[in-house]
Amino acid sequence: MRLEYTGGQELFRTEVREWLAANLPREPLHSLDTQSGFEQHRAWERKLSERGFSAVTWPAALGGRGCDLIEWLIFEEEYWAAGAPLRVNQNGVFLLAPTLMEYGTPEQKARFLPRMVRADDIWAQGWSEPGAGSDMAAIRCKAIRDNGHYVISGQKTWSTRAVWADWLFGLFRSQPDSKRHYGLTFLLLPLKAPGISIRPIQQLNGLTGFAEISFDEVRVPVENAVGEEGAGWSIAMAAAGFECGLMLHSPGHFQQTARALVELYRRHRESADCDPAIRDAVLRSWIGAEAYALATYRTACRLAKGGQIGAEASTNKICWSELDLLMHETAMAILGSRAELMPHAPDAAGVGHWLDGFLFAQAGPICAGTNEIQRNLIAERMLGLPRA
Amino acid sequence: MDFTFDDRQLAFRDSIRKFLMVEAAPEMLRETWETTASGRSAELRTKLAQHGLTALSVPEELGGLNLGDLDWVLIHQELGYFAIPDSLVATAYLGVDLLKGLLAENSLGRAWLPRVAAGSARIAVSHPINLFVADAKNAELLLLWHEDEVHALHPGQVQLRLNPSIDQSRRLYKVEWTPSDATRVCKAALGGKLWTGVIDRAGLAISAQLIGLAQRMLDLGVDHAAQRKQFGRPIGSFQSVKHQLADVAVKIEFAEPVVHRAAYALANGDSRAAVYVSQARLVAGEAALLAARRSIQVHGAMGYTWEADLQMFMKRAWALDATWGDRKFHKARMARHVFADSAELGPGSTFLRAARPAIPRSSTRCGTDCA
Repeated sequence: MRLEYTGGQELFRTEVREWLAANLPREPLHSLDTQSGFEQHRAWERKLSERGFSAVTWPAALGGRGCDLIEWLIFEEEYWAAGAPLRVNQNGVFLLAPTLMEYGTPEQKARFLPRMVRADDIWAQGWSEPGAGSDMAAIRCKAIRDNGHYVISGQKTWSTRAVWADWLFGLFRSQPDSKRHYGLTFLLLPLKAPGISIRPIQQLNGLTGFAEISFDEVRVPVENAVGEEGAGWSIAMAAAGFECGLMLHSPGHFQQTARALVELYRRHRESADCDPAIRDAVLRSWIGAEAYALATYRTACRLAKGGQIGAEASTNKICWSELDLLMHETAMAILGSRAELMPHAPDAAGVGHWLDGFLFAQAGPICAGTNEIQRNLIAERMLGLPRA
Repeated sequence: MDFTFDDRQLAFRDSIRKFLMVEAAPEMLRETWETTASGRSAELRTKLAQHGLTALSVPEELGGLNLGDLDWVLIHQELGYFAIPDSLVATAYLGVDLLKGLLAENSLGRAWLPRVAAGSARIAVSHPINLFVADAKNAELLLLWHEDEVHALHPGQVQLRLNPSIDQSRRLYKVEWTPSDATRVCKAALGGKLWTGVIDRAGLAISAQLIGLAQRMLDLGVDHAAQRKQFGRPIGSFQSVKHQLADVAVKIEFAEPVVHRAAYALANGDSRAAVYVSQARLVAGEAALLAARRSIQVHGAMGYTWEADLQMFMKRAWALDATWGDRKFHKARMARHVFADSAELGPGSTFLRAARPAIPRSSTRCGTDCA
């Protein structure tokens, strides 16, 4: 055990910090759930890519920096500490790319990865359907083979960023009479393809961050399938592993929120201490963020030594999503009657981002496999309890 | 950065686990605790010594293995898992730590450390952070705090009053004694530092034991839930039961690395060690207390009985969580750190780093901005 950074790692940290200080947008970007904000975030991703920072863990030859997981953690720490924008490109870079690198053909990699790293293509996900949420194996959206194409008919929903994204990856039923996990194929398709209609769904915060997608005989060439036809489930599970496990919820983000919460508490100490539970919740928040960081470092080191992410992915999901709620609920409690103000309210006094975060935190325990599903996975796969 | 234990450390932990599984089975421990005044088994102590557990941190030249906090932390988890009573940690970890600190002062360490390593002496350690002294009557040597001084006494020089604990493994004594020049083995100047180390090491030992206890209670709950049938199926197949136990697994998963960082900090004399230990105490305590609550719930009425082994581990968790600084103590230490003006809290502050390198200005900027 050696819990210290190497000289090279410290240099990398300095490089990231210096670059961010020089290149961060001067004004906060609009929300990435608006059209203008989406394009601003795309431009920011492009800026990041000039330095290999849009996908630091990718090999340099593909436009990344060839970082190992510790360097990735360092990058993320500096990124969030600098107050840098949310990552509009994260579905592609952190979810699809690892899947493509593992299961994609050389042609697919050459075709999609360079455009992804420059944010020329922003990717949305197509998993859930109106009848397939937590029960993802209930997918019905059809992809029928016809003359070198799949013909897609059906619906996907809760597709984050699909309103403005360029491409979609997801699971489709390629064998019409198949059941559950069998007969599904992992497909890539352009969201501008004929036959696709996208209905934006207004979120809790009033913005259209996700959408319902209808497919009316959309033709997708067979070379857009990732992996074997019918083997989509295991490929999707690998993607879900990347998602829940690590990359999308780096500890730096939560540590930054925890630090901001401590500062918020200190600024409002006199009123906050009228409810002693607040001080305790601030302390628990900070401890929780720190514990999440430590556990992530441990996982990163285990992976570096050839370990695998197993059911820890599910414990991670529960940890960060409940921590995020705790932190924002605590911030709301500190802010009291100001907490309800929209960020642009004239007397919001610059604290409106806590409301944004609070609303967003409501999604945490629901998205990417509800926490109930995660607890089932922990109980069955980690503890070995019998299935229902 | 390497947050993993090496193969030697893990192999040693595994060998101790196998040994304790056989030699420290719950029924054996319970019999000793319930039927003997001392609550201790000389036979088990001999076996613990044969496996090196009493010699772990004793210097090699005095008959020990000269290992450190990082080796210990894995062993402490096993001691928790198997509910090994306090005397081993007080003797071989805390007592040895104090005696090693005195080696340059006098001959006490040279006299006692070889005996500890050989498993032929028990030490009790007293500090006012605790109301009582565990295993005082079982000890051949008592190391006692007095105004930051260290005093060494023999059992004949103190008056002991037994205070029974709900944790049957514990033997708690009120110790009355009179400090004198003759009993003093270390002045306050050095003693203050030594006692600080003892409190932190005790905190580490307890947090690691609490992790072990949490894991044991979780395992007992899982076993019960998998075997006990109601409505024609194992109760562990019901989602509400699964989720109660899954929560415990999550708590353990995110407490253990905090404990391991505290061990690393202590082993390396890190200036934040005390804070890291308190953090470890809080998260490990939370995991253990939740494990107790959830496991008894899953056990149903069986969990409320004396007969089911769960009670041994629950009681030990409840007791240890309040020993060597209770939650109030450790939370106050954490709060002083987190709410301090100078606190370094955000991303990148997880590990103590060499002084942060200042951001060097880029050459172009430097050319225009600063002459």
